[in-house]
Amino acid sequence: MSVTEERIRRPHVVGATESQPPDDHGALRRAVGRNLTAYGFLCGALICFALFSWYPMIREVVLSFQQNNFVDPGVWVGFDNFKSVIADPAFRSAWLNTAVFSGMALVIGYAVPFVLAVVLNELKHAKAYLRFVVYLPVMLPPAVAVLLFKWFYDPGNGLFNQALGVVNIPPLGWLDSTNTALISLVIVSTWMNLGTGTLIYLAALQSIPGDLYESAELDGAGLFKRVRHVTIPQTRLILLVMLLLQIVATMQVFIEPYLLTGGGPENATVTVAYLMYQYAFNFGDFGGGSALGLMLMVVLLVFSTIYLRVSREEDAR
Amino acid sequence: MRTLVSPLALRSPRGRVIYWTILIVTVVGFTGAFVFPLYWMVTGALKSPDELAQIPPSFFPKHFDFKVYAEAWDQLQLGVFLKNTVLYAGGAWLFTLAVDVSAAYALSKLRPMFGKLVLGAMLATLMIPPMVLLLPTYLVAKDLPIFHADLLNTPWAIWLPAAANGFFVFLLKRFFDSIPRELLEAAEIDGASPARILWSIVLPVSRPIIGVVSILSVVTVWKDFVWPLLVLPETDKMSISVGIASLSAQMPQNVLIASLVIASLPTILVFFIFQRSIMAGLTAGSLKG
Repeated sequence: MSVTEERIRRPHVVGATESQPPDDHGALRRAVGRNLTAYGFLCGALICFALFSWYPMIREVVLSFQQNNFVDPGVWVGFDNFKSVIADPAFRSAWLNTAVFSGMALVIGYAVPFVLAVVLNELKHAKAYLRFVVYLPVMLPPAVAVLLFKWFYDPGNGLFNQALGVVNIPPLGWLDSTNTALISLVIVSTWMNLGTGTLIYLAALQSIPGDLYESAELDGAGLFKRVRHVTIPQTRLILLVMLLLQIVATMQVFIEPYLLTGGGPENATVTVAYLMYQYAFNFGDFGGGSALGLMLMVVLLVFSTIYLRVSREEDAR
Repeated sequence: MRTLVSPLALRSPRGRVIYWTILIVTVVGFTGAFVFPLYWMVTGALKSPDELAQIPPSFFPKHFDFKVYAEAWDQLQLGVFLKNTVLYAGGAWLFTLAVDVSAAYALSKLRPMFGKLVLGAMLATLMIPPMVLLLPTYLVAKDLPIFHADLLNTPWAIWLPAAANGFFVFLLKRFFDSIPRELLEAAEIDGASPARILWSIVLPVSRPIIGVVSILSVVTVWKDFVWPLLVLPETDKMSISVGIASLSAQMPQNVLIASLVIASLPTILVFFIFQRSIMAGLTAGSLKG
């Protein structure tokens, strides 16, 4: 079938190989055929994306402005969902906790992997072992890692209080105390995600040309000066990209409060994503939940947009 | 290759001492931070409730009685959960490959009208984290628009959304773009159909990227928690993560720990075998994801 043969060729190739100028009718038929085949290949993806990505984006906005019981058609209620969610005392705690969680996760989870990567890049021994080990927690299903730490945090027979007991420090409340609950979540989250950042930085460090360090050293730059003036500028973009990715990832924190604390004690660990879940599945209020989701989406879109610009800049390099 | 510290500095006696100190500290530190918790988990399961609670804790369990693992397997019906998870992850893998490979092939090599627009719309989904669309997506799975099917408690609730992955389409398309046109043209002249070209020319040369996408898709579904928690609420349909989490409250502690060990074995095993592809996927994912 000639239509099949021509499908993949670009127009100019077709024109160059054909001796006679194609009549309009044949060219049109070929173009239609080519498009039909292409959309035949695309239709599976189009259905999946339409149902589970594109339509939910619209539905999210619609839901947040509607009162819905999913039997009758939804009733438009303007900003009522937003107003009632904002009036909820848990709303303030949720945003505050999410911000503090992200902030603390950045303080530990952002600098530490970079330092680890710099050290790993210098070591000439045990490289494969160290790389394997640092990524091991990432491979655990997050629910497993979180439940494992739930046991470690156990006030009675958890590893952490036992370890404190060995060095004669009085036991901590960990998840049960409003002071330590949120930081306990940060520790789990950091433990199970640290490996990703470390290995990504390591890959970036390996692409730094060695003569940059050479000439910096000839100019009399000491170790820390070399880190500051060679390592960091050379990895600036990936550092920025990872910063944004990490903010977006940690602001969606859900599984840690869901499995460890249920948002408690006294809303000390309730997060925006968790509150959204509670609204929908515990209170049956999908309007309020969607309103929260939409607010979170707007905040995260700001970071995603910056991320997009930064990664374009990196592509251009 | 030359790195931060010059080879010359490393060769001096002082440099050597510092190097070995840092090496030992790093190895011990990493082992303590990342391996020890896993050791504690594996041995914790072997301890009796009394031994678990004792202070100071015992470093080695008193008896090596592996009965608790069998107990966890039976009580938590881990066999069922594992079978379910294999079904979800395996099906999602096949379905994702079929859907995303053909989509990327169409966008890269067949270049239809509005192809750029379609690709843009698929990539745009990467900007919006799935968590914020959780509620509307759940409602779609509960009552599929147009078809009016309830996908809850069926594998399709996992498989269909798994295939809507803009990142996979992007990775595959970028790879297909790099396949030289001459290769495909030769086949075309021989009268091969687009499907045949995809199957016998594009797929064989794309093995590396298909490997990366395969592992990423299986691991993502296997590790996922929130989505299966919502769409597979029936106990007999749960994935292993959700199953253990939902039964965890009723279990004696050592049985729960044993079930955690069993649940983490498959992913760690996969990591042992496919370490290279997983790490390749990691750097591919981070830079452009």
